Amino acid sequence: MIKKYSLRINKKVHQVEADEKMPLLWVLRDILGMEGTKYGCGVGSCGACTVHLNGDAVRSCQLPISALAGMEITTIEGLSAKGDHPVQKAWVDVDVAQCGYCQSGQIMSAAALLKNTPNPTEEDIENFMTGNICRCGTYTRIKKAIQQAATKS
Amino acid sequence: MKKTDSNYSRRSFLKVSSLSGGGMMLGISWFARAKPVESLGELNIEPVWQEVTSFIKIASDNSIKIFSPNPEFGQNVMTSLPMLIAEELDVDWKQVEVEQGNYDNKAFPRQFTGGSQGVRTAWKPLRTVGAAARQMILTAASQAWNLPVSELTTANGMVTHAFSGKSESYGTFAAAAAKLPIPKDIVLKGNQSFRLIGTPQKNVVAPKIAQGKPLFGMDYREAGMLIAMTERPPAFGMRLKSFDATAAKKMPGIVDIFPIKVFNDDHKFAGFDTRSFNEVIAVVGKSTWDVMNARKKIKAVWEVALERKEMGVNNRETTVPSGLESTTKHYAQMLEMSKKPGVIERKDGDPEKAFAEAKHVIERTYTAPFLAHNIMEPTNTFAHYVGDKVRFVAPIQIPDWIMPSIVARLGIPKENISIELVRMGGGFGRRAYGHYMIEAALISKQANAPVKLIYSREDDVSAGIYRPSYQLTYRAAFDENKKLIAFHAKGGGVPESPLHANRFPAGAIDNYLAESFVIPSNITIGAFRAPRSNFNAAAEQSFLDEISEYMGKDPIAFRLELLQRAKDNPVGKTNDYDASRYMGVLELVRDKSGWGKPENAGKKRGVSAYFCHNSYAAQVIDLQVKGDQVTVDQVTTALDCGVVVNPEGAKNMAEGAAIDGIGNALFGQLTLTDGRTDQRNFDTYRMIRHNEAPKKIDVHFVKNEIDPTGLGEPPFPPIFAAVANALYKATGKRFYQQPFQPQLKS
Ligand code: FES
Ligand code: FES
Repeated sequence: MIKKYSLRINKKVHQVEADEKMPLLWVLRDILGMEGTKYGCGVGSCGACTVHLNGDAVRSCQLPISALAGMEITTIEGLSAKGDHPVQKAWVDVDVAQCGYCQSGQIMSAAALLKNTPNPTEEDIENFMTGNICRCGTYTRIKKAIQQAATKS
Repeated sequence: MKKTDSNYSRRSFLKVSSLSGGGMMLGISWFARAKPVESLGELNIEPVWQEVTSFIKIASDNSIKIFSPNPEFGQNVMTSLPMLIAEELDVDWKQVEVEQGNYDNKAFPRQFTGGSQGVRTAWKPLRTVGAAARQMILTAASQAWNLPVSELTTANGMVTHAFSGKSESYGTFAAAAAKLPIPKDIVLKGNQSFRLIGTPQKNVVAPKIAQGKPLFGMDYREAGMLIAMTERPPAFGMRLKSFDATAAKKMPGIVDIFPIKVFNDDHKFAGFDTRSFNEVIAVVGKSTWDVMNARKKIKAVWEVALERKEMGVNNRETTVPSGLESTTKHYAQMLEMSKKPGVIERKDGDPEKAFAEAKHVIERTYTAPFLAHNIMEPTNTFAHYVGDKVRFVAPIQIPDWIMPSIVARLGIPKENISIELVRMGGGFGRRAYGHYMIEAALISKQANAPVKLIYSREDDVSAGIYRPSYQLTYRAAFDENKKLIAFHAKGGGVPESPLHANRFPAGAIDNYLAESFVIPSNITIGAFRAPRSNFNAAAEQSFLDEISEYMGKDPIAFRLELLQRAKDNPVGKTNDYDASRYMGVLELVRDKSGWGKPENAGKKRGVSAYFCHNSYAAQVIDLQVKGDQVTVDQVTTALDCGVVVNPEGAKNMAEGAAIDGIGNALFGQLTLTDGRTDQRNFDTYRMIRHNEAPKKIDVHFVKNEIDPTGLGEPPFPPIFAAVANALYKATGKRFYQQPFQPQLKS
């Protein structure tokens, strides 16, 4: 059923009309034109669509719009004003990306990890990041970038 | 996603031109040599004439823009190709802004991503472009200052006259330089004078990627654009009979639902016209969610397709068999075929006699499943068909290969088709098959609207163009002294053989036989990172490991021994590899990994080496096995790909190849039951994940002066066998069937 929703995304309120079951992923991409959040699988198995919900990393393809009332949503577009979040800076510095498609999701997961665990062990990183697939195989660089961001933030 | 200044394409025949407001633009039609590029055979395509064109734009304020001609899918050509131009142009890399060139045959005659050919084919042509521009700027400066060119030098985008202390930026002379003819004798730097090539440079697009900018085809949008998806048969070997979309059309946001035929019945199929299903149902609507929901309401009737013939562009007819195929049946068929004589691909000496007289024979059979590309950005394309023109925004590896088919299907001239090239979220061969562009154009035409065609992940996995399923049986014959006297490889697959009959160990063994077979199939297959090599290496390098053990030899020493023989006194005339470079990577990986050193004695390690795409790669892997869990401690890679243009990007690529290879070796498989793929998304298709990646990867390059050879593919094939050989050390069991991990007991 189409309903009206008010969403708080990147500290701004957006009024959206959408099917109550429409996942946040498609609300962001198709309705709001915020395409930093990527579609990879639609079933919660790849992490490409990761956003923050009240500060925690969640898969936006699994979140129906009807469940988001009163929640604070952050997407990659809202992670920093100029791409200067410590995680983003480390990503550029370590030259993580290959094709780059999975990296928005990787960065959003990494930022959430560091928020709750400022000094993660290797194992913390591996466990937390396991939901984010990278076909290009940038995992070792991702780990290095997270460690670098941890020491700098 | 900025469009190239249209000036560029219209003036592509102009060698050089002035820019309004001063400045110069340079595009050289460069015919490097009238000789076909060798070894494009990896992709099984016709040789092409090597022509490269590129653009440099120098503005009067000395800002420099370089257009990168080749489509980018993560191989980092948007950094490495412009580096070639910047090197010879003698500008400060920090000054340079890089932009993706759009599809334009006249401006960029080789817009091709595949076969690890990018840097290799651009090496001299793109440097020549930079050198020519530099020489013209020098000439312009010499005329302005009335000084001989020989007294002028360049560096960091400045022209300097050391004697008088005069120094001005390129931008000052750009307008005058633009009026000069292209110099005839263009001198390139010697390798030892490089200031930029060989230095690590970061991906020029990295900051945009880290901000999630809309760089990909999937991210493209414009006013009035609709979303389209296609519904196709649930299994290979089936086709559309009829459908009822009454309920689906009533779904919210749905604009139209109609069938499309990708190719006409009389289409002459070129090598890269592969598509899984020819007739599909297009669903067009306002949002992806609307379209996804409506798809579920379509009542379609599918039927088993009959055997059919497809005519190739070369009038060669292919028969596509009827039937619903299954993986278990494929393996049984391959095993049966391996017992019958195959097509002889190569024979040296008298292998039959040697096997008959052998004191001992080892025979092993290796198999591998189909693999899906699993590009992270699913297949998609934007198309807008208006009048008799169509405009694409397309993630496509080789636009030239699909263009004739677009022209044939739409019946419009090539000039009426434009393609904006966008960054691809992975390719690995999948985006060399551009059928989705035809689909998008047909949908846009019928819907009379700009349309973005999207494949869901399920569409992408279940209707792919897969790495074929293969089998290789090796036999090795030994005399009473355990000396290797004969070697026999019989390889086949569904529906192509993986064999490279003239590669190592051919040339190193007196009695050698290679045979092939094929099993026709209606499962669509195609290029997948290092086609055929990715399986050959896995099987051959595992087998060499096993026979070296029987002979009581160290696996690296044994390979070196064979290569020494191939170097000193090769068997046969056609051996497609350079034994010295092969040995070079093995020696480097041996030394860097501390192979055979007492401190590494306890490690469960495996080695492997392979040659493909003109480059050589060797890998040593250290791993541990606990139950069914594999932990990879370290990978050491040695690579010989000639001169390395950008060591940072090159390392990243080699690391990724190792991780991708380990993942596919341990987990990768696409299996079929009655034509239907058993895996449809990442919940069932097992990909390697963070916790399974190597803890450490070291990449070492052989330093030499050889012009660059391939890099994207060569470090991928050998790791499969390195994994198998290390698993043997860890478990005492040899692994013959990919993927390996499911055979471990928890
Ligand atoms: S798209 Fe949401 S987890 Fe894959
Ligand atoms: S960088 Fe390509 S999928 Fe991760």
